[in-house]
Amino acid sequence: MSDIIRRDPRAEWIARNRLHPLHAAMQPALHSWMGPNGIIRKNVHGVGFIGPNGIKRIDRSGAQQGGAAKRTAAVHVQLPLHQVPAPAFYINVVPDMVGGRLSSHDRDLLGLARQLAGSDGAVLAVVFGEHKEITFATAGVDRLLVLEGHEFDGYSPEQRVQGLRAVDNQFNPRHWLLPDSRSGGGELGRRFAASLKERPATRVWQIKGEACIGRAGAGQEDLARPLPRLILAAVECAEPVSETRHEVLPVELSTALARSLPRIEDLGAVAVDPGAIPMAEAEFIFSGGNGVKDWALFHQTAAALGATEGASRVAVDDGFMARDRQVGASGTWVTARVYMAVGISGAIQHLQGIGACDKVVAINLDPGCDMIKRADLSVIGDSAAILQALIAAVEAHRNGAKRDAA
Amino acid sequence: MTTHVISLVSIGAHPTSGRPRRAEQDARAVELGLQMAGDKLQVLHAGNIHEPTLRSYLGMGLTQLHVLEQPAGSDALPVLSEYLRDAGAQVVLTGSQAETGEGSGMLPFLLAEQLGWPLVVGLAQVESIEGGVAHVLQALPRGQRRRLKVRLPFLATVDNAAPKPRQSAYGPAQRGELAAHEVEIEQDELFTGALLQPAKPRPKRLKVIKAKSGADRMKAATAKASGGGGQVLKGLSPEAGAEAILKLLIEEGVVR
Repeated sequence: MSDIIRRDPRAEWIARNRLHPLHAAMQPALHSWMGPNGIIRKNVHGVGFIGPNGIKRIDRSGAQQGGAAKRTAAVHVQLPLHQVPAPAFYINVVPDMVGGRLSSHDRDLLGLARQLAGSDGAVLAVVFGEHKEITFATAGVDRLLVLEGHEFDGYSPEQRVQGLRAVDNQFNPRHWLLPDSRSGGGELGRRFAASLKERPATRVWQIKGEACIGRAGAGQEDLARPLPRLILAAVECAEPVSETRHEVLPVELSTALARSLPRIEDLGAVAVDPGAIPMAEAEFIFSGGNGVKDWALFHQTAAALGATEGASRVAVDDGFMARDRQVGASGTWVTARVYMAVGISGAIQHLQGIGACDKVVAINLDPGCDMIKRADLSVIGDSAAILQALIAAVEAHRNGAKRDAA
Repeated sequence: MTTHVISLVSIGAHPTSGRPRRAEQDARAVELGLQMAGDKLQVLHAGNIHEPTLRSYLGMGLTQLHVLEQPAGSDALPVLSEYLRDAGAQVVLTGSQAETGEGSGMLPFLLAEQLGWPLVVGLAQVESIEGGVAHVLQALPRGQRRRLKVRLPFLATVDNAAPKPRQSAYGPAQRGELAAHEVEIEQDELFTGALLQPAKPRPKRLKVIKAKSGADRMKAATAKASGGGGQVLKGLSPEAGAEAILKLLIEEGVVR
């Protein structure tokens, strides 16, 4: 939304034209009137209009009337609310929630669920554990079921299947939709299908009426079949919801969950060499540019954070980083969830390369550069001092965690 | 004591020509099995014994390949679960999905459900097997790994994170033995309602701009990518700035 204050010549013209139907509405507020004692009262603040530079102007020639109200260029549009007071049936969706937020795959899936639900059905999203998502309403979720509890922490597929079975018993949805993704949905959906003894449709990319088409084999063939109850959908299976707002009414399970003894125990993530991960699919990239003067410190910080290193074109051209580390239009288009840019001003080619990144953190000296406009968090200051403080903070955090564990 | 490992293999299809070949992920399952059990590895296939491509698995250094004889279009699940129930295996390895047919990737899940065994998805490496418990590394997206502790016997699927398969040699492939087993044949009811057709290229998603006015359309066409409303910390001490950054990194779960 632009904050530029504009004159509205059309409003002023309507205010002058006594025959215009909107003439009355465009009249300026009264600036002087007769008080109860017969004295003329004046509102000096209502006189004049705000000029384009934000300075009040008073036109005493009498030419300007009306249009004094500040007009902003864009208005926030409230999407129409879609309500399902008494759902005839449910379409259950189990989004992946990578990093606690809806991924684009999840949004496509919710769009597909919305299509299947029509006007009578409700889309019920089942989310495990804590989440950070705030846009369920615009993504198309009518009902939200959050299954909380420590048993769903970490990698707990068997416990999650138990949870889904309980949801299945209570709501008896017409369809179950899961993303056929590697980040959990594909596995959970197949486990759930095996547990329900239902044959799912996998890698589905189109649903038309009562039939669906999914990829089969190694992608050489399509399998067209009647629509089953359990659907594992591929990416871009449908358009995400964009024209309605939904209620996101919280619902709860009426029964307590059965706890099963896990046969698979999660011992936590293993530290992998961040340099060995291909840049295009690294999750956390620490990238340096022209503003980095101390490259030894840069490498040290990347190691301390456990991040994959990247660089802008200038840093690569100057020989500080290898060519295969270049991020941007002529280098690698990265898909990191968190991208940290140190001393990168943000050329358009570089910003294109990080277009798919979720969170961008910038450290820069120049508060007006394009990278700061793109970043979710920017710190203005000398990179060397901040990096040193960051190394110290990370070490303190790790030591603190160790002390807590002991 | 070596572990008793069984690898399940299928016939693959070359991605371009569509000719039969050894399936990529199944070959990785055989490779992982060879690394775990060496010569003791047992390899199992359900299907046509006369398929020449089966010998390319023997060419990886196996002496024998067990085949549960079935015609095409029959259900492999009951015969495999029947065989595995009595085989006494501690670890069963499979690829994640077949390269021909439905390729739904459901087989390992259904086998695990029928046998009542735990299933590890995306096995990358087996670290140790001791006292009926295995420590394994699971491959996650974006090159990450997770350590799991799982009770024996278990089933595991391998994907492209598992070790690369060794080359198949012609001589051992011809010398190897194909051991046939007679099994009951059960039809797969999938193809009564479903139809396989050549894959259609998927339409590219259009960028739909729902702007009401010309100014909005112009903005959508020319706007730079911007986060919009990011937090800018100015005039802070380096320590305070570093704290703020670290807080975000911990929130996002990238710094542990």
